[in-house]
Amino acid sequence: MGLEQKLGDMGIVTTSLEKVVNWARSNAIWPMLFGLACCAIEMMSAQAPRYDLSRFGMELMRASPRQSDLMIVAGRVSRKMAPVLRNLYDQMPDPKWVIAMGDCASCGGVFNNYAIVQGVDEIVPVDVYVAGCPPRPETLIDGIMKLQEKIRREPLKKWQ
Amino acid sequence: MGLKEVLTRIVVGFATVLKTVTRRPVTIQYPEQQKPMSARFRGRHHLKRYEDGLERCIGCALCAAACPADAIYVEAGENTDEERYSPGERYAKTYEINMLRCIFCGYCEDACPTNAIVLEPIEFPTGYTRESMIYTKEMLLESPPINVPATPQRTPPGKYDRAILPFPPIDESQ
Repeated sequence: MGLEQKLGDMGIVTTSLEKVVNWARSNAIWPMLFGLACCAIEMMSAQAPRYDLSRFGMELMRASPRQSDLMIVAGRVSRKMAPVLRNLYDQMPDPKWVIAMGDCASCGGVFNNYAIVQGVDEIVPVDVYVAGCPPRPETLIDGIMKLQEKIRREPLKKWQ
Repeated sequence: MGLKEVLTRIVVGFATVLKTVTRRPVTIQYPEQQKPMSARFRGRHHLKRYEDGLERCIGCALCAAACPADAIYVEAGENTDEERYSPGERYAKTYEINMLRCIFCGYCEDACPTNAIVLEPIEFPTGYTRESMIYTKEMLLESPPINVPATPQRTPPGKYDRAILPFPPIDESQ
């Protein structure tokens, strides 16, 4: 962000600012609608009333990358889909995060072959990996809570 | 559309709203409150022990052979009477499951000759790195029962010759 470099060490001001901004960021993560396979069904289920992701400030899945903060890669990414995924990631405004949901997105899962990208971390930086085939909505919520913890720990110097 | 129909539709509309107002929400407040899982639900793996504290796993790697995703890696070591981990000749020196490869199908459970590996209805794991998602033997193995020593144990020679304990003799009189 460069704020610290410009203003110098402001002690309590920057640390409090860090807390406030991180709190705001972690409690309003809008995910991008990016379902690729069966994991998308569980992602929809997590969004539905039973598990209700809006309790965590994820009110709605945005269909446009320009309005979203979090990309939940739900499902297997084929080699042909990879440039599209990267393109969408580049279109997201900073700060942005990525959750690799499920086995296929995390490391290829059972599809250890030439057609599937062996983990989306080959193309985009992944923050949290969620295991399961597909993971239950509870597991996705666990992953999201882990991401929130990570955001709250983010130091000011690393802000984008 | 006549006035009568408009009025009926308004009444029906408000009735729907009132009905929904009185209904209880279906949301499960997940981290605090959890939906009860079926006893047969296949969650995370656990490596079991016998009642005397010895490990059930004999390092045969049948689970690794049965695994459709190649998520399990087993390396066997030799048991001795001075340092015994499991009954029989061999034990699992390293036992690793890549939770990101695992599809929780339960074939390893079916393949296991000693019922050592069990998938229990506990949540799937999540993590920040791929390395942290490879679960080692220490993470998978359950702790021994109370007042029972952990492995390796010192055992009398000849007591644990067989890896799979034989069935008790059939009573002919019955």
